Amino acid sequence: MFRYALRRVFAAIPTLLILIALAFFMIRAAPGGPFDTEKTLHPEIEAKIRAAYHLDEPLYQQLYRYLQGLAQGDFGPSFQYIDRSVTELIREGFPVSLQLGACAMLLALLVGVTAGGWAALRQNRPSDHAVMAASMTGISIPNFVVGPLLILAFAVHLDWLPAGGWPTEGLLARLPNMVMPVIALALPQIAYIARLTRGSMIEVLRSNFIRMARAQGLAQSTILLRHALKPGLLPVLSYLGPATAAVITGSVVVEQIFGVPGLGRHFVQGALNRDYTLVMGVVVFYGVLIILFNFLVDICYGLLDPRVRQRN
Amino acid sequence: MRLKSILLASTLALGGCGGGQEQAPVSYGPIGGETGQELAEVQVLHRGNGTEPQSLDPHRAEGVPSSNILRDLFEGLVAEAPNGELIPGAAESWEISADGLTYTFTIRPDGRWSNGDPVTAFDFEYGLRRSADPNTLSRYSSVLAPIRNARAVIAGELPPEALGVEAVDERTFVIQLETPTPYLLGLLTHSTCYAVHRGVVETNGTNWSRVETHVGNGAYRLEAWVVQSHIHLARNPQYWDDDNTTIDEVRYYAIENQDAELKRYRADELDITSTIPQKQLKWIRQNLADEFRVTPYLGTYYFGFNTTQPPFVGRPGLRRALSLAVDRDIIAYVVSGAGELPAYSWVPPVRGYEQQVPEEAGWTQAQREAEARRLYAEAGYSAENPLQVEVLYNTSDNHKRVAIALAFMWKQVLGVEASLANQEWKVFLETRKRKEDTQIYRAGWIGDYEDAYTFAQLLESTNEQNDFGYDSPRYDALLAAASAEPDVALRARYLQEAERVLLADHPLMPLYFYVTKRMVKPWVEGYEGNIMDHIYTRHLRILKH
Repeated sequence: MFRYALRRVFAAIPTLLILIALAFFMIRAAPGGPFDTEKTLHPEIEAKIRAAYHLDEPLYQQLYRYLQGLAQGDFGPSFQYIDRSVTELIREGFPVSLQLGACAMLLALLVGVTAGGWAALRQNRPSDHAVMAASMTGISIPNFVVGPLLILAFAVHLDWLPAGGWPTEGLLARLPNMVMPVIALALPQIAYIARLTRGSMIEVLRSNFIRMARAQGLAQSTILLRHALKPGLLPVLSYLGPATAAVITGSVVVEQIFGVPGLGRHFVQGALNRDYTLVMGVVVFYGVLIILFNFLVDICYGLLDPRVRQRN
Repeated sequence: MRLKSILLASTLALGGCGGGQEQAPVSYGPIGGETGQELAEVQVLHRGNGTEPQSLDPHRAEGVPSSNILRDLFEGLVAEAPNGELIPGAAESWEISADGLTYTFTIRPDGRWSNGDPVTAFDFEYGLRRSADPNTLSRYSSVLAPIRNARAVIAGELPPEALGVEAVDERTFVIQLETPTPYLLGLLTHSTCYAVHRGVVETNGTNWSRVETHVGNGAYRLEAWVVQSHIHLARNPQYWDDDNTTIDEVRYYAIENQDAELKRYRADELDITSTIPQKQLKWIRQNLADEFRVTPYLGTYYFGFNTTQPPFVGRPGLRRALSLAVDRDIIAYVVSGAGELPAYSWVPPVRGYEQQVPEEAGWTQAQREAEARRLYAEAGYSAENPLQVEVLYNTSDNHKRVAIALAFMWKQVLGVEASLANQEWKVFLETRKRKEDTQIYRAGWIGDYEDAYTFAQLLESTNEQNDFGYDSPRYDALLAAASAEPDVALRARYLQEAERVLLADHPLMPLYFYVTKRMVKPWVEGYEGNIMDHIYTRHLRILKH
């Protein structure tokens, strides 16, 4: 197991390097630069600014400088938020995205697995159709529709929850602000997970070992929880890696709508501002995150499924 | 045809539902208690502020969101009243020499930095030198150009000490100018001209403008800053006019999404918004008309012609034809519709300048269209041989609507075949600057100070922002004459003459003058709005509600 893990870590390094190089050249290839605004800069000042950010050096040298910094955990200074370093922006933004993402994933797992399992047991009955119809709706309605609707209902009309913002006076003060973004983030995931769980549970419930368990006269709950759930959750698990990364990183729209200071907004604003270092920082950070989650999922897979363990 | 009309009818019906059925919240009681002037117990103001500010270092910051906050954190030599009139700021008085070249300011004796240190003339000397120093990397220092030697200092040819500013003693500060500049006092309200605390800047380097070390001389001081979320300012007890300040705390929120901003306003989480979403205009007019505040703004919305490339190079007649064919009333009142004023000239109404009104402004639209057709034919175009042209705008729903309206009007009146193209903002800026692929492009210009020159200079042949490629020796000469003219009235006449030259050449097609549009809660007292859109929190109060 340990050797397997080690091998995976080494395999990730070239992937990351390729990602960095691609991101590095692509953001620079985009037309328009970080210092282009409606008001043209004085040439002397522009030259000085470019020199201050080493943009006057040849590209390979810039890349080398960037990698050098990265090796020491330094993502460089932000071009747009001139008083801040990218490392600092990520350090402040990530915990926010993580809190939202983790809550949303937890909610999605709880509700999604329950609903999917329940639907599987009632296959082709009206309740099954109802759950599946609801989840189809969940998948197809985008965040930017759900978010504003939630705000209109619960903040403007009912006045139960704040319409947005992110108080920093402690988690308790923030809880009401988290409810709607978490729901908006979790809804599509709930839907996916419910459908995945249902599909694989139906398959598992039809398999021989379950039939065997039934023949032995085991209670329905024992069959479900001890025998069917584990193999039934395998596809959900493999979906969990990319999904968790997507929820934590893909909260771009939700963060904008609810005024949450997470990483997703840096990604969008950074790209619009051509804030090279900020975009690079977020891309590299996300890259590491996605690789890490996939790795964790693979390990869990091995723990849950003896067949995978043996092959390795 | 039938299907189309059914679709149209249903769209309209849906649109109507969305707007009509929602009710605005009416939860608050009589504003200001029984007297109408009673103050609220909690004096905390919540302001929507657009995108995340770039910095709170007045010399390195750029953009409206930063400036809004800096206005509360600092005070220039001169400040503004709620209606925009210039009033004494850090300087209690000033004298201007007869030739208009020397300004002598008397710094008020009770001015204090937020750390308690006195504000002196030396702070302003240091501040302005730092601002002009190219090593500060100020992106806005070019507005200092009227000050003696500023251009050379910014270009790195002279040391910052050569700048025409001098602290004679603690309370006397002198600014020497290159040429007489009637707008200098207004310019001094700009953050580029603020003083900064030398000790704090030199001890902390470029990081001084963060929460831990920020020091200002304004009515408020920096309390908390969470990037992409909010910036809290608390009242600065050291401020000289603290006794007349009412609001204890002001919170600026970074909300770039206008719909989200309006919703937070409606949920009573914001007292003032930065703007409104254009597509909600109708709903706002129906439901929150009393809270919707529209003020003329120092800006012109226009489309520019690239005068260096075909089909518009050397053809003012054709440019005029396209300009005349546009019904500005429709663009301003119907397509935009928030109170924008139709524009036939380049410089918006500013003090000390007679607005130019070309003859076509007085014509009926039918007359304009007739003249447009005549000029179009004269340029060699006809129904068989129509002008084909590309209209470029930066990606945005509002600009798209205007561009579609233009293309439609040109098609109707002249038979022009216009195609629309849009580009993301930074790509658009680069294309426009290159002047190779553009034919007609969207643009807007917001003045940096209340003077016609901030508009006039844009079309100078040497100006780097002259994306029109406009090159008129006569225009340049008139601008040069205006810059050197000590007599204020004569200077205005040169600038007015220059604008007439410009309007006759049609390198651009003004469409409307901007307005600021925002929501202000009825309990916010003291909000007046002004042409620069400079809203100082210290002039506001929150009434009981």
